[in-house]
Amino acid sequence: MIPVCRLEDLPEGESVRIDTTPPIAVFHTEDGRLYAIDDTCTHQDASLSEGWLEGCLVECPLHAASFDLRTGEPTCLPARRPVRTHRVTVDDGMVHVHLVAEEGTAA
Amino acid sequence: MRTVTVVGASLSGLYAARELRAQGFDGRLVIIGEEPHAPYDRPPLSKDFLIGRTDEAQLALTDAEETEGLGAEWLLGVRARGLDARGRTVLLGDGRTVATDGVVIATGASARRLPGDGLAGVHTLRTLDDARGLREDLGRGTRRIVVIGGGFIGAETASSCAALGHSVTILEAAALPLVPQLGAEMAAACAALHRRGGVELITGTGVAGLRGSVAVTGVELSDGRTLPADLVIVGIGAMPNTAWLAGSTVALRDGVLCDDGCATALPQVVAVGDVAHVGGSRAEHWTSATEQPRVAVANLLAGRTTRTLRSVPYFWSDQYGSRVQFAGRRRDGDTVRITEGELTGGELTGGAPPDGGFLALYEREGRTTAVLSVDRPRPFMRARRELVREEGQVGSGAA
Repeated sequence: MIPVCRLEDLPEGESVRIDTTPPIAVFHTEDGRLYAIDDTCTHQDASLSEGWLEGCLVECPLHAASFDLRTGEPTCLPARRPVRTHRVTVDDGMVHVHLVAEEGTAA
Repeated sequence: MRTVTVVGASLSGLYAARELRAQGFDGRLVIIGEEPHAPYDRPPLSKDFLIGRTDEAQLALTDAEETEGLGAEWLLGVRARGLDARGRTVLLGDGRTVATDGVVIATGASARRLPGDGLAGVHTLRTLDDARGLREDLGRGTRRIVVIGGGFIGAETASSCAALGHSVTILEAAALPLVPQLGAEMAAACAALHRRGGVELITGTGVAGLRGSVAVTGVELSDGRTLPADLVIVGIGAMPNTAWLAGSTVALRDGVLCDDGCATALPQVVAVGDVAHVGGSRAEHWTSATEQPRVAVANLLAGRTTRTLRSVPYFWSDQYGSRVQFAGRRRDGDTVRITEGELTGGELTGGAPPDGGFLALYEREGRTTAVLSVDRPRPFMRARRELVREEGQVGSGAA
């Protein structure tokens, strides 16, 4: 479980990048949902946290590949492979990311 | 239309094949590629591939599953030699012919060469084979490298060579590299990246010739100097691959002359990518090569131009750890305004991008015409989308 930031520091429509290995992008969508995915586009080296957020899709800033934040699946080319998704919780106003790998080992 | 032949198996050719199937063409699809390789992505060749951070498998633009789904006949390792006057037969270099009802011309461009570049140690960088050869040469120990041409290929290759520990000099014939693309002021800011990366930039001097008998030993400059070199990389632009169309009725003018919908004068022949001169200009941009096929294929299948392409040119370049992005149509006389970050060191010659990068807007009569970013991807994307919106289309993914 990785602490990200206070919820009030991540307004709706914004995103933040956590410098884990590999890095993770956390999004707060316009309708108030929180999502976390691997930050690096599966097409080429670009940070999805710097991408364009629209609904629950994020568009890569470099080549406009788009990913569904709910599933990590690409919704258009040039990306063809999904990014991993991670669970996000808010505990006492603090946003946390639960890495998929972590959850796997905990289970 | 029963058979469509895509001539060219790189980015735009593959995207055209995808569009043909996506738009309902279920006939025979033939894809001809001069290179023996399945479609691969070229931008990493001068960057991550050269420094060994990306391998060949990662360059692949498609996979077995998609290839299977496309249901195409791939003729790879064979070049097209001609197109008959009616545009119904493609002649191949090995003597075979392909009878076809429709043709997508996607033959791209080739690296421009220098006289005498047959010497060992002289490279161009355009294809996977070029990159393999250069990578092998760079692995032979630390070298003195001269890069001829300070454009994007030259700059990126120089950056990669410097990252590998080689001693690199860039020669640029103009007073500054990239002035036609960026304008003088921003070209100066980007030229400063070379200094920051430890690469020497010599400008305003042409090349008189290459020295050496078997292997290159140096580059003679037009001002009389000679720069010693173990390795020379020629990055002086690309020429559209149209020689094979010489006997056809397709009009050629700096590429295959097309209307705004990528269609030639023959309604069943369209052109896309680096070879296509669309709506008055020819772009060698990755994004154009991925956007044009949707419109081109729609018009090919309709038999006339029903859709036109209005997109905002976009390109990017990774150099010395910085990401340069540009979108729009800059013209001489546009004013430049830095809206985020700042240039350090002042005016035209010394303005270096600071570590945090900057965002610059080009403006004319109160309107933004183009945007340039160094390491400011987020505001750049906002500004680029604004340009696209003003251009009257919904986004780079949509036509």
